[in-house]
This record gives sequence, C-alpha cells and structure tokens, in this order.
Amino acid sequence: MGFVYKTEEFNKVLEALESKYRIFAPVLKIGEGRFRDTDVIRYDYISRIEDAELDERSDFSFKEILIPLSETMFYFTEDEIKEADYDARPVIVLMRSCDIHAVKRLDQMYTGNGPANDWFYERLRDRVKFALIGCGKACPNSFCVDMGTNRTNEYAFSIDMADGKVYCDVRDDELKPAFESTGAKADVSPRFVTEAEFRVERPEEVPVELFKDKMWDEYTKRCVNCGRCNFVCPTCTCFTIQDIFYTDNGRVGERRRVNASCMVDGYTDVAGGLVMRKTNGERMRFKVLHKVYDFRKRFGYDMCVGCGRCDTVCPEYISFANCINKLNARVKEVSANV
Amino acid sequence: MCNCGKNEYTPVPSKLQDIIKHTAQEWTFRFTYVGDVKPGQFFQISIPKVGECPISVSGIGPDYVDLTLRAVGKVTDYLFENFKAGDSLFLRGPYGNGFDVHEFEGGELIIVVGGTAVSPVRGVVQYLCETESAKDVHMIAGFKDPGEIMFKADLKDWAEKIDLTLTVDGAPEGYGGKVGLVTKYIPDIPIRDISKCKAIVVGPPPMIRFSMIELVKRGLSEDNVWISDSRRMSCGIGKCGHCRINDKYVCIDGPVFKFSEHKTLID
Repeated sequence: MGFVYKTEEFNKVLEALESKYRIFAPVLKIGEGRFRDTDVIRYDYISRIEDAELDERSDFSFKEILIPLSETMFYFTEDEIKEADYDARPVIVLMRSCDIHAVKRLDQMYTGNGPANDWFYERLRDRVKFALIGCGKACPNSFCVDMGTNRTNEYAFSIDMADGKVYCDVRDDELKPAFESTGAKADVSPRFVTEAEFRVERPEEVPVELFKDKMWDEYTKRCVNCGRCNFVCPTCTCFTIQDIFYTDNGRVGERRRVNASCMVDGYTDVAGGLVMRKTNGERMRFKVLHKVYDFRKRFGYDMCVGCGRCDTVCPEYISFANCINKLNARVKEVSANV
Repeated sequence: MCNCGKNEYTPVPSKLQDIIKHTAQEWTFRFTYVGDVKPGQFFQISIPKVGECPISVSGIGPDYVDLTLRAVGKVTDYLFENFKAGDSLFLRGPYGNGFDVHEFEGGELIIVVGGTAVSPVRGVVQYLCETESAKDVHMIAGFKDPGEIMFKADLKDWAEKIDLTLTVDGAPEGYGGKVGLVTKYIPDIPIRDISKCKAIVVGPPPMIRFSMIELVKRGLSEDNVWISDSRRMSCGIGKCGHCRINDKYVCIDGPVFKFSEHKTLID
C-alpha cells in the first residue's frame, strides 16, 4: 500500500509510530568525524525525518542495534550471576537494501549456525523491524548489484524522499494505521540502483593452493591491521568474551562481549603463545575468503553485501572490490596452470 | 518479553570433587556433572570475573567429568592458585562432536598422542580396554621428559591390556624407559592389515604432521585417521568466530575431524 506525504505530514506518521517504536536512523553528525572539521554518519534515534540522512550511506552500519560494540552479558555480585537487563522497547531501523540483506547474515550466524541459538542476539532481534531507505544513486565504492543485494522486499515500509515529498510503500499491516491517518494514497515502489559504482566477479571455487598464494603478500605490505573494515562491516559478527571486576570492589564484576576483528592482533592467540595468523596478508585472506567463499560453502550464499563501507574507511586505500577481482583473476590463472 | 530459549552462555554451578596432580603444571580437576558427554568433547570452565576457557574432557564418571589442564593462561592459573576439592565453580557444555568410540571397535587401531593430548583420547582407550578389541590397540604416548609423564596410573593399567609404547623426548642418564619422539616408534607397530587399520593422532601440530608422514609411509589411508583440534574460542557454540578455519568451526564441526578433511583447512 503506497502513500505520498509532505515532510510535515510524514513527521505526524513518525509521531504516531513513536507511541510504540523508537526510530533508529542514519544521522549526519557535523564535526564529529575522525579528523578535525570532518563529519560522520552514524545511527541515532530520530523524531523528524529531516534529521535522518537519506542520501548518503552511513559510515557505520545499523548493526550496533543488534550486536552492540560492547554488550554486558552477566553481572556478578558475590555468588549471584544475573543476566544483564536490556532495553526491550521496540525499534524501527531505517536502512538500505544492502543492509537489510546483511541482517539475514547476522541471523544466519547467531540463530542458524550450530545447535544452540544466541540468546542475547535473539532478545535484541525480537524487538526490531526494518524500514527501507530507497537508493536514488549508487554509494561510493559500492558493488551491491553484483552481490545481488541492491533489491529487497523484506521491509516493514519504505521511504524515498524526492522533490520535497516522502514516498512510502507499507507492507507491515501492524504499522498501517499510523500511515493511513494523513497523506495521500498512491502507487509507490521504492527506488533501487541497477548500477553500482564497481563491478566484481567472484570465483565459483577457490582451490586450496590459493590460501597460501603470493597474491596475499600485497596486503602484508599495505594493511596496518587497524580492523576498521571489520567494525564498519554490516556482516561481521565476531566477538570476544571478557570478564572484568570493579577495582574498588573485587567481589563485583561483569562478563561482556566485545566486537572482535580478525585483522587485529590477538584474534587467533591460543594459550601457550601460539598465533594462528601472524601476517596481515594471511588475515586479509581469512577475511576475504570468508566474505566471498567460505560462508557460501557453508550456507549457500555469500556473506559480503557489497556496501563498500570497508573501502571507504580503509586508511591504506585497500579496495575490497579490487581484491575480489584480483582473487578471481588469480583463481583463473592458477586453474589454467593445473 | 523475549521468547528466546535456553541461554547457553549461562554458567552452571559445579562442585569440584577432587584434584589429581600429575605434574606441577598439569592437574586434573574433577567437576560434578550429570548428563550426556563423549570423549573428545569439551567444556567451558567459567570463573566469574576472571573468564572462561575451553578444556577437553579427560574422564567421564556417573556424576562427574574430569578436565585436565595446564597452567598456561589467566583462567587456568587462577584455578590452580585458588581452588581445592569441595569448592564450587562454574561450567558450561559439553560442546563439540567428540569421538564415536564404536567407530574404533572391532579392528586394528593406532593411537599416537603427545602430552596433555592424552585427555581427549583417554575415554576412547578406557572404553576399548573393556572390549575384545583391546589387543588390537597400539598406542604410542609421548611426553617431553620423565617428569612430564601424565596419567601414570592409567598408562600402567593400559599397558596390561593394549600394546602401549611410552616414550619421552629426552631423559637424564640412567632413565630406564624408552626415549625418542613418537615418530621413531611408528614404523615398528605390528599391523596385520594396514588398509583397514584406523588411527587417532592428537598432539601439537608438528607432532601430528610428522606422525602422519610416518603413518602414510606405512600405507595407512588418510580417510582412516581422526585428529582433534583446538582453538581459543569464546563461545563454544559457533557464534564468536575465533575457531573458524575455512568453512568449518572447530567448536561445532569438531574438535574431532577426519585427517583427510582437516588437511584442507588452512588457518
């Protein structure tokens, strides 16, 4: 069911939704970027649609709403272990098509890998609905079209802003009343891009020799293992569990899980001092093959959604899209020589 | 409220029944546990405010599991220094696939283990010792030096039932036992039909690598070899990502793998 609103009318819709939901959306934070006088687009709660950044892709993804950077799991007080409370209020998250596809990957890891589901993820996931931000243009460094993530119909409602009006396609029946009170009915379908900034070609099979191939040496030289690519990635799910105790009372403490990066030192350390992947090239290989090969081998579809955030954030200008294409070329080369 | 099922991360209280000290650095902690568990599976020992560590099951009793550990990390050091029999701490598990003991019954079997790696195979050997297959079990157990030999009572008991070779990498002069790496003894194992023979090889990666070279030289098929791997996983249930190798997760697809499959996994 489609609707067209003037901006003020749509804010009334948001107001109606806010009686039950909080609205989590990309917001342009002026002057809060990494360097002086730079901006950053991060997720935050909004009440008015003008506060959301609908044209540019967010620098960080939505994923902190489902997997917070640092999440307390348990509190320990003397002999008691208590599950940490959480904010159970329902949330509507505004996100692009690629990110909606990323949610499927998060669900896969936390509720579809192995016999046990992730309890902490499930309780956060249960309270979230997703709304689609239509894509009027391709994002910088994106390759979503070749990853098959540029389109989706898995949304509660869509938002496209054009010529001062807000266009919505509402699919979630529960939310319809909030949309029907104002605006005008119309045929609306969200915008999707059909050409991304980059094209990528993925190899069907990656022979085992490629794991130790010299193509990865380039990244040992270039990568500085800062891990930013992992933290901005909407599909990276790794975490490390850490216990702490409060220094002024050692009898009280907590167990947390913190986002982990397979590029950063410590990820593969085992007791006794062994480190499984020492060079940044090996770590890059581990990450890249997971995103465009290993995950697919296990679950039948690729993990990477082609959003391009990792390229944009990399301080060494390493391009993930280029790397996929280099990998594909190298696989062809190696296979031809067999 | 969330209708989520069981919270697998919740540590479960467990009373420490006994501590068996093998060497200064390697002790077996006997934890109270009643439930299904297989040799080769592992538990997360959980000490609130300190942390968790994955440890493989070295013994299974009616109301306990044995977890043998070496003091080499934050959690294990804390355990060694702060706990005694009768104390209560926490566990979660068991996790992982473990060994299917029936797989190794009724045929010839070679077991090559090094050091603490006796833990995951101890249950398999104990099971086979009570079967007709015991006489066809050929085990080579290697330790660094005579002072590092663990599970001495077991080894003595097994020596009467299976073909056991106990060796140390090096020993002071006057040591009466066998000396040399485990690989030295592989060529001499008496095997009637190598094509059907199975093997379990568990130990440090270099030990596995060189043992496999010797075993393959003898004609053993890589499809008939099982190994047990380990990583420092945070979750134990296929979520945290630390133990992934290619498309496999050591915690849920392993820790026991067929060698033929494991050799294609590259860290």
